[in-house]
Amino acid sequence: MEKIKSLEDLKNLRDKAKETLRTRSGDVKVTIFASMGTVGIAAGAREVLKMIISELEKRNFSDVEIIEGGSLGLDVEEPVLTIERAGTKITYGKVTPEMAKQIVIQHVINGQPIGEYVIARSKK
Amino acid sequence: MKFFRTHILVSKDSKSMFAGAETVEKLLVEEIKKQGLGEEIKVISTGSIGFEGTGVTIAVYPDGIVYSPVTVSDIPEIVSEHLLKGRVVKRIAFPIKTSKMPSGVTFPEKVIGIQKRIVLKNVGFINPENIEEYIAQDGYSALAKSLCDMKPSDVISLITASELRGRGGAGYPTGLKWAAAAEVKGDCKYIICNADEGEPGTFKDREIMEGDPHTLLEGMAIAGYAVGASVGYIYIRGEYAISINRLNKAIEDARSYGLLGKNILGSGFDFEIEIKKGAGAYVCGEESALIESIEGSRGEPRKKPPYPVVSGLWAKPTVVNNVETLANVPRILENGAEWYKSLGTEGSRGTKLFSLMGDIKWKGVIEIPFGTPLSKIVMNIAGGLKNNAKLKAVILGGVSGYLIKPEELDIPVDFNSLARIEAGPGSGSIIVLDDSRDIVDIVKNIAEFFKHESCGKCTPCRIGTDQICEIIDRFFYDEGSEDDLNKLMRLSETMFQTSFCALGQTAPNILQQSLKKFRGDWERHFFKSE
Repeated sequence: MEKIKSLEDLKNLRDKAKETLRTRSGDVKVTIFASMGTVGIAAGAREVLKMIISELEKRNFSDVEIIEGGSLGLDVEEPVLTIERAGTKITYGKVTPEMAKQIVIQHVINGQPIGEYVIARSKK
Repeated sequence: MKFFRTHILVSKDSKSMFAGAETVEKLLVEEIKKQGLGEEIKVISTGSIGFEGTGVTIAVYPDGIVYSPVTVSDIPEIVSEHLLKGRVVKRIAFPIKTSKMPSGVTFPEKVIGIQKRIVLKNVGFINPENIEEYIAQDGYSALAKSLCDMKPSDVISLITASELRGRGGAGYPTGLKWAAAAEVKGDCKYIICNADEGEPGTFKDREIMEGDPHTLLEGMAIAGYAVGASVGYIYIRGEYAISINRLNKAIEDARSYGLLGKNILGSGFDFEIEIKKGAGAYVCGEESALIESIEGSRGEPRKKPPYPVVSGLWAKPTVVNNVETLANVPRILENGAEWYKSLGTEGSRGTKLFSLMGDIKWKGVIEIPFGTPLSKIVMNIAGGLKNNAKLKAVILGGVSGYLIKPEELDIPVDFNSLARIEAGPGSGSIIVLDDSRDIVDIVKNIAEFFKHESCGKCTPCRIGTDQICEIIDRFFYDEGSEDDLNKLMRLSETMFQTSFCALGQTAPNILQQSLKKFRGDWERHFFKSE
């Protein structure tokens, strides 16, 4: 380990280290609710979730938390994904891993919901 | 950077370790791998999560769920239900407060809600063996701030302004102590952290050292800078194996990151910390006996004055501070004296750690602002008495502390209010006794402890503790008399006035108070001729 030689060094290290604690501190911009009921998993929710994680990692975006939940009662639409950003919740249905990738890039990271996939919207 | 969607914290404080935290953690990791979640979920060791004496506790973030107690057979269910499918295993779950988790009022939430975790802010939240997690929580920024922006005298005036008082029991203002040591000329001075937490029923310092060792190191380094010392010693109970290991790891890491050692952060300030293990003598918690012990002599108290700040370790100026006192220091540097003064009450600023034990529902270490009524601690935070029994007494501040009657329970816990009933927060322990307890039994137990621990240097303590035991034995066999009670009273008064150090002076505390407050218990053991 390189020694910390100045206040600057310490601050840089702190900011870097803060990223890894985001998952615990709840201090994030975006929350992804993944519906992981039995139906969801059968319809491919695990693959969707894996794609989301690998995409977030690839893009180095950590201002996000992922919370798993049970079924929302929308079994026909599974896998269902809800993104909460700036107080608005947007739900996507019949999500495929490919769609999940686009959702991460456009909506989670850049804040542009993808209209054609949306099945519900709600304000907080 | 690797992204993990879920962090699972496993409490690995000494109580949880006894309950099998190591095994739970290992099996949890295996089960997560087996179910194909190894790339998404990270398992992290941490200090106490705040649920103690119940078993192993784990916390799941960002969901904000605590599971307690977790046994080996619960693990597959937690992994497949919660971690895979997002369904909380309600049977053993408690929701905790995170910004995203509004939840119904459950008992543990109330526990955490009443508390104000400042000193313990990292305990149960970060991995104590990972210095980067500490740095992420603004760790070492207080040290950096003092080294780069402040003169040593500024640090002392800030601590003085914050009105921080020593947490070891006596409550001496920390700022004054530091200023006294800083005034003495000479470039060889020492900082000693008194981590010889030997008072029966007290384990609050352990919570800090096990859960957040870097806070202590940072506090010591700041103290060193303020008074001009470049060497610090942590005098720690030999029994605290986990604390010792984590402190050693922390010292090593801090050294390799350049936060201890020579020329810290390019400021020219050098500071080294060494650990000295105690060998189990209670008297070595007394600061001058502790110093003797570090020097390699028999642990016996020294004559005061000169006080250690003038002539301490190897006759050099030495500041001896309690673990909790030093752990407060970085927080004060970070947030300022005004912020610190906004907590607590007049004369007792900030928060206080207490270890709760005895006949209560929830045991463990809590942190509350000074001024919280004792009744609130016992009835709300500790959940009241086990089996809804009636309260008999509370032993506050350890066995050399104070005996509180149920009628006095509404007293706010701070130095000034407690002084009104001739008590104090002492070592920071609260032992609750229900009405099935006989005070004579308790006092006998305590008297035997002191007889064993008296170092033998001065006569009042050496002979006094022995005599007290002998007389109490008579009551134990129902052969006591009015005369014996008077003798006990006289004896304890003599010890209080003539003993050499605080051990002998405080040893008869509980005895004396029980004679005043629970005379009926004693009279029941009078000799009755039938």
